[in-house]
Amino acid sequence: MSAAVELASDSSVDLRAEFSAAGIDEFLAALDRDLVGLKPVKSRIREIASLLLIERVRQRLGFTTETPTLHMSFTGNPGTGKTTVAMRMAGILKALGFIRQGQLISVTRDDLVGQYIGHTAPKTKEILKKAMGGVLFIDEAYYLYRPDNERDYGQEAIEILLQVMENQREDLVVILAGYADRMEKFFTMNPGFRSRIAHHIDFPDYEDSELLSISETMLARQNYRFSPAARQAMRDYIARRRAQPYFSNARSIRNALDRARLRQAGRLIAHEGPVRAEMLMEIEPGDILSSRVFQGTPDSAP
Amino acid sequence: MRVTQGCFSFLPDLTDAQISRQVQYCLDNGWAVSLEYTDDPHPRNTYWEMWGHPMFDIRDAKAIMGELAECRRMHDNCYIRLCAFDSTHTWESLRLSFIVQRPAREPGFMLARQEADGRNIRYETRAYVMEKPEGARYE
Repeated sequence: MSAAVELASDSSVDLRAEFSAAGIDEFLAALDRDLVGLKPVKSRIREIASLLLIERVRQRLGFTTETPTLHMSFTGNPGTGKTTVAMRMAGILKALGFIRQGQLISVTRDDLVGQYIGHTAPKTKEILKKAMGGVLFIDEAYYLYRPDNERDYGQEAIEILLQVMENQREDLVVILAGYADRMEKFFTMNPGFRSRIAHHIDFPDYEDSELLSISETMLARQNYRFSPAARQAMRDYIARRRAQPYFSNARSIRNALDRARLRQAGRLIAHEGPVRAEMLMEIEPGDILSSRVFQGTPDSAP
Repeated sequence: MRVTQGCFSFLPDLTDAQISRQVQYCLDNGWAVSLEYTDDPHPRNTYWEMWGHPMFDIRDAKAIMGELAECRRMHDNCYIRLCAFDSTHTWESLRLSFIVQRPAREPGFMLARQEADGRNIRYETRAYVMEKPEGARYE
């Protein structure tokens, strides 16, 4: 240790250069650019990235370090970007060399838990093998644990997961995701998970203005756009939709836009005379205003 | 007598670190790695017992090395080989195969001569261990 300190005291490190050399700058910039809002999430990720970078530099200078625990839990309402961020996270961890391959394996209870005795362990291990060297993303992790059924096979999957999370920390990173309140309950029931997870990140709901800009980005990606009146209609739609049940942030917006495109197509087919290219691109207020949201009943699909 | 089959068999046995790097090379090429074991060392014995299915969709060698450790634990006195299968169209066959474990003592093969018609001789190689039943050959 003393040798390491001596070495460290006369060697200096340009952290900024390290940061850009690892490509972290690009990842974070892309995160800022591609994801609307999510301020607290972005700043947490920036912090984690800095921590990991420092960790790596310290390793190189010979300070004794343990493999940091990187398991995370993402909590937040549906459609707040948990999966998208997890995907980015895998990229960041790969760039910093904390995981070797950088793939993201996204699973739910069905992929881990078997249907009969002796089915769960091989199934879970199969998934873990696929996730080795990458990130295992468990969506709605609380379904793994069913307190009402003590013979539920979920417990077996949990035990295997906990063991791997502890013993093979350098081989894979586990990210648990789900609604905040149910995750909280899940962690209370399974204290083993809470203690093995280093980073808890909470995903806030989007503001109305953020959802509007998300909807514009989504449309732009498919070469559509709002007419000015339609933009206003969308703004009203978001405000009304939020008040209704089963609102799931960006996912609701995506579904609404899919339905708006459907109505636009119907309108254009019914249109007499030639159709101009702009008409194919433009969503009109009618396409949005005929949504059931404006008639006071909720949309069919959540 | 040292059995030589597959790649690297004229080299000293690979260490685990070396095996791991070979496996990673296979995975990076998109080949599915599988493990097979046997205690019948005859060169014409091409169909070895499979240790589970070929492992498709694996990205990291660590997963394969875990399976290999398990296979070694269960079959500590067998030959184990590691095969890499390339599923791309027109290949659809093994691209690489090498022995990753061999029994501590390999007694080798005996040469049997058989007098046939017209003073012809037929040769046959027979592994000494094959006199014993399966599972008791390398104890």
